[in-house]
Amino acid sequence: MRSLFRTVVLVVASVCLAAACGTGSASPSPSGSSVTGTSGDALASVLTIYSGRSKELVGPLIDRFKAATGHDVRVDYAGTTDLASTILEEGDASPADVFFAQDAGALGAVAAEGRLARLPQATLGLIDPRFRADDGTWVGVSGRARVVVYDTRVLSEADLPSTIDAFTDPQWKGRIGWAPTNASFQSFVTAYRLLKGDGAAKAWLEGIQANQPKVYDGNDAVLAATAAGEIEVGFVNHYYLIRQQIEQGDDFPVANHFLPGGDPGALVNVAGAGILTTARNPTAAQAFIDFLLSTEGQSYFATETSEYPLIDGVPADPALPPLTEIQSPAIDLSDLSDLEGTLKLLQESGVL
Amino acid sequence: MTGTPRAPWPLAAAGLVIAFLALLPLLYLVIRAFGAEASAAAFLLRPRTAGIVTGTVGLALLVGAGTVGLGVPVAWLTSRTDIPGRRTWAVLTAIPLAIPSYVVGFAFLAFFGPRGTLQSILAPLGVDRMPSIGGLLGAALVLTLVSYPYVSLATRAALLRTDPAIEESAQLLGDRGLSVFRRVTLPALVPAIAAGALLAILYALSDFGAVSLLQFDSLSRAIYLQYGASFDRSLAAVLALILVVLTLTLTWGERRLRSRAASYSSRSRRPPTVVVLGRWRWPAVAFLTVVSGLALVLPVGTIAWWLVRGVNQGEPLRLVVDVAMGSFVMGGVAAFAAVGLASIVALISARHRSRLSGFVETATYAGYALPGIVVALAIVFLATRTLPFAYQTLGLLVVAYAVRFTPQAIGSIRSGLEQAGRGIEEAGRSLGDGPVGAFFRLTLPALRPAIVAGGALVFLTVVKELPLALLLAPIGFETLATEIWDAASSGFYARAAGPAALLLVISVGTVAALLRAEERAR
Repeated sequence: MRSLFRTVVLVVASVCLAAACGTGSASPSPSGSSVTGTSGDALASVLTIYSGRSKELVGPLIDRFKAATGHDVRVDYAGTTDLASTILEEGDASPADVFFAQDAGALGAVAAEGRLARLPQATLGLIDPRFRADDGTWVGVSGRARVVVYDTRVLSEADLPSTIDAFTDPQWKGRIGWAPTNASFQSFVTAYRLLKGDGAAKAWLEGIQANQPKVYDGNDAVLAATAAGEIEVGFVNHYYLIRQQIEQGDDFPVANHFLPGGDPGALVNVAGAGILTTARNPTAAQAFIDFLLSTEGQSYFATETSEYPLIDGVPADPALPPLTEIQSPAIDLSDLSDLEGTLKLLQESGVL
Repeated sequence: MTGTPRAPWPLAAAGLVIAFLALLPLLYLVIRAFGAEASAAAFLLRPRTAGIVTGTVGLALLVGAGTVGLGVPVAWLTSRTDIPGRRTWAVLTAIPLAIPSYVVGFAFLAFFGPRGTLQSILAPLGVDRMPSIGGLLGAALVLTLVSYPYVSLATRAALLRTDPAIEESAQLLGDRGLSVFRRVTLPALVPAIAAGALLAILYALSDFGAVSLLQFDSLSRAIYLQYGASFDRSLAAVLALILVVLTLTLTWGERRLRSRAASYSSRSRRPPTVVVLGRWRWPAVAFLTVVSGLALVLPVGTIAWWLVRGVNQGEPLRLVVDVAMGSFVMGGVAAFAAVGLASIVALISARHRSRLSGFVETATYAGYALPGIVVALAIVFLATRTLPFAYQTLGLLVVAYAVRFTPQAIGSIRSGLEQAGRGIEEAGRSLGDGPVGAFFRLTLPALRPAIVAGGALVFLTVVKELPLALLLAPIGFETLATEIWDAASSGFYARAAGPAALLLVISVGTVAALLRAEERAR
């Protein structure tokens, strides 16, 4: 009996091993991009990008970069926060050269643990200081405005208030949706604290909380819920709606409302990028950042992702109010690094 | 099972290696949890944390009750009755397993939401708002609909294996219809039902997609929140350890149920008696129609709707066949490896019940309810420090899948082994077969349906798995699940529909092949 089991174990084990090795070496590469192990030297000539922005959105832009510069590029697409956690867990062993993130907060978190290198002044100089790190570890590459989306079947523009504060009024009870775990939302709360103080921010959160908002995990879910009539208004970024209109047509029953007068509810956030201190290919990494900030890169964001270009002279999508017309509060994004304080406030007010 | 001999050392060693691999994510969690600041205690002791834990337990209970309530009747109707279209129903009721929970969540929101499709249908009747579907009940309903096949598939396999002679004896002794089912059939099914319900509940606990869409605060959602909002890996680890404790409790409960349950080994190759439904056939068909309508037609219809609207707006139809092949091969290899590991655990558990078998089995389940991101980050942490050459290779990803999803295959293989019994092997040996020959010639063929069933579950899960594929696959490697996620996460649902349709095709094919193999094995 003993030898029977030994044989079974051996057979099973060798089959597993063969299977694992088999796939390892065969390396099927369905996407046509290179799939190889992470052996040291091979990486020196390849640019590795960790992209928290989806392939759907930035894949074609990266292809243009490849075509324009001849650099060999591989991209790991995943959620921005997942990638930030991954970079932190990888430590010095990270294969990434560039972190291309959906929001400034994740870049800040990675920079805070010393994982991002300072960018050259020539790069930093291209971008309004509001939209880059004070210590020069990352730059914004495209802008997104906070808006209030509303269900056009039950509300018109005239029904909507001109301040985010007004949504604490009891008339909005049960009609609001938000995504308090979303990074853009949290940046907005941090901005609110900077503009009006912690006490006012807490009062606002509690006021909205008293109106029993529906809680979602992302802007897209808030938008979907607005379209489904679960909620009448939602606090999101401007471009989710534009993309749904592209897919679903203009009869999509939701519209964007931009708050005027420097209201914190009209904050402009950025998606940005930085180069890792452990980058094996810093030259190509720098070339990529330069490309993102070139006229070609910036026009791409304007036309393909419905975001705002951040370089002078590149116009935004004509369907959007221009960035200069959005009465965004005058806030420096790297001053929004006190995420911890915001989270504490969100927890104290029972939002998180 | 009485007087089981001790496991021979190679088997015991293999079992311990599997247990060690399965426990690695827990090692990471403990390391991270020790990094937590003192404020972690205050965080954990807030009433809100208690609320999340209570809510999670509630979700587990509801999903457990829901999946058993749906899964057992579905299994019985599709295996033991003359319901019209029995085989088609068997396939249709199994497919929801392959549909990602967030797709079902989206479909529910779009259809049953206060101003969803249903409201617009009912609008002429004066309905201008439907009640909200979010919260515990909504999340439990959606998760029940995606995970009841764990129960129905396991129960169906057990029903097909049961020896009809036992039920016939009961009938001869005067028991009738329902009473036979309750007193004879059901007790023999308890291990299969319990194993399936355990998988369903643990799946629900690890889920993030449905709970987030339907705004229910489960532990998994709270864990994601810690990573996503504050990059606080220590607090996330502490919360994850609570989830592990919950998992261990459930696993222990399932083992208790199983050890007290009846176990008949079946030597009969006779198909079980078919129950004639008579005038109950139409209510039965209606039941299966409602279940499939909610769990299958609604989400598939939603995908089709995205596709149609997108194509109408000029979106190209994307059928990424090469990516589908990648997913298919990856799922196949992972399923194969997981079946290998599960066979070892099942052999120890079915034939050498001891403290060792209890440990090995429990260890493989311990991390099963952890959300994928926790397991992925654990492997990132451990692999970059100990196996840098293997990091982000397909080999490591396959091993990770195999270890993570082994529990899905254990249950069916173990019940197969228990029902096959040792008798036939020993008979073969007495007729001159060697021990290996007897096992391969007699036991293995009897086990084939169980192995195929376990492997298929792993396959279907791997094909739709996301966090590991995103973070641990070689950079540039894509699966159907990552394609769907990539498009849908940016709000492009029409573009997500092509890969989602391919995922369904692969899954339907697999389920159909699985059920045919199962019936042919009779």
